[in-house]
Amino acid sequence: MRIDTKIEEVAVNLLRQSAVKLPEDVKKALKNAYKNERTHIGKIQLKTILKNIEIAEKTNTPMCQDTGLIFFYLEAGSQFKNLEKIERLLCKAVQRATKEIPLRPNTVDPFMDKNTEDNVGKLIPYIHWKITEGDFLKITAFPKGGGSENACALKMMRPGDGLKAVKQFVVESVIKAGGMPCPPTIIGVGIGGGSNIAMELAKQALLKPLDELNPNVEVSKIERELYEIVNKTRIGPMGLGGDTTTLAVKVEYAYRHVASYPVAVAFQCWAARRATAIIHADGKIEYITHPT
Amino acid sequence: MMKKIEIRTPILEKDVRRLKVGDAIYVTGTLLTSRDAAHKRITQYLKEGKELPFNFNGLPLYHCGPLVKETGSGWKVLAAGPTTSMRMEEDEVDIIMKLGVRLIIGKGGMGEKTRDAMIKFGAVYGTFTGGAAVLASKYIKRVNDVQWLDLGMPEAIWSFEVKMFGPIIICMDSYGSNLYTKVLADAESSKQKMWMA
Repeated sequence: MRIDTKIEEVAVNLLRQSAVKLPEDVKKALKNAYKNERTHIGKIQLKTILKNIEIAEKTNTPMCQDTGLIFFYLEAGSQFKNLEKIERLLCKAVQRATKEIPLRPNTVDPFMDKNTEDNVGKLIPYIHWKITEGDFLKITAFPKGGGSENACALKMMRPGDGLKAVKQFVVESVIKAGGMPCPPTIIGVGIGGGSNIAMELAKQALLKPLDELNPNVEVSKIERELYEIVNKTRIGPMGLGGDTTTLAVKVEYAYRHVASYPVAVAFQCWAARRATAIIHADGKIEYITHPT
Repeated sequence: MMKKIEIRTPILEKDVRRLKVGDAIYVTGTLLTSRDAAHKRITQYLKEGKELPFNFNGLPLYHCGPLVKETGSGWKVLAAGPTTSMRMEEDEVDIIMKLGVRLIIGKGGMGEKTRDAMIKFGAVYGTFTGGAAVLASKYIKRVNDVQWLDLGMPEAIWSFEVKMFGPIIICMDSYGSNLYTKVLADAESSKQKMWMA
């Protein structure tokens, strides 16, 4: 198989895997949430979610009708050949996946209100590059639903307000979002940089495995604390009240300007769809989140 | 313990007046979908006195933009979970008042205008678990019709035949009770306590 065909094929597979089957860490977190939920209505919501995941997987059908706006996070070794072709191949893959899986056409021209019908449009799929050493290409497909995206929030805080204000802003955002982002959510918090960097970091935080502790002990402690206070709100599954409002809070940070303290909060619905694969130089393909 | 109730369409005012926040209902019969663009167009048609493609009277209105596949013989619904209802708040009063919708199914709840219309005209709001879209599609036994496909697949109005679609939790009843606002008020008061310690 030619490398072009292979890249396209892998991207279509990742889009399918992500739409149809949740990564193991997310499934495990949802099962735990069901086990620990004490409210009757909350338990019904989580049971429905678990049933839905099972049927989606069994029937190879997208778990949610909102198959998202498509984001790709790429890590490419500088020695990997065909880098210049990748964006075009990923667009082709999205068009194919839209027909074959199928995905719901979700990409709309904001001025003409016209749906492109193939999930490709200006800057969409959004492609985020990171160039590293080596000769491999790591692709993460990250389809993001609209409900959770609409709850994302950014605040340019005063540097003097510090961490307490960060926590307050996270809790305020969670309460404001209520049931709209389909809790139990995963919450990404981006701190520092400029406004765009904070939101980008909050988004990237959503890609981290839920069962992995942050290697930075201080940040890990903050994540734990945010997780606890968010769940203390008792917004609960689907905003109907209960023990589980979030499955995990993940924090990423950058250094900030002396005068600025940007904080971004990104929400991921319980259908935390992501799929990653690595294409090696010898053509070998390694599926990371959905091993076969 | 909550009550488990089957609701058949067309729904009458007395059917919804019996329902209370926290009840779990299962819907059997015909329902219509409508989300952002269809709501706007319905409002427009009502203003201009144009005829709508469906009779909404007594039918549940489902805030849903389904994922549907065209097959040789018609349509197959693959996934059909609820979408966020609050975006439709501005148009819902007319839909309850003028079209006679008795049950709105969505997620996240709605605002005060809808609440007031529900009290006045006799309607309720229920939620099916957001994202549980494949499961929802299993309760859809048939696609009766689709209109306004020019708005795109998710935005068109779909008429589905459903059987025991649920559990749909009643979150806003026709007496002004609202589960979401109660949950949010409780959250707000726990937030106040958090920073006092």
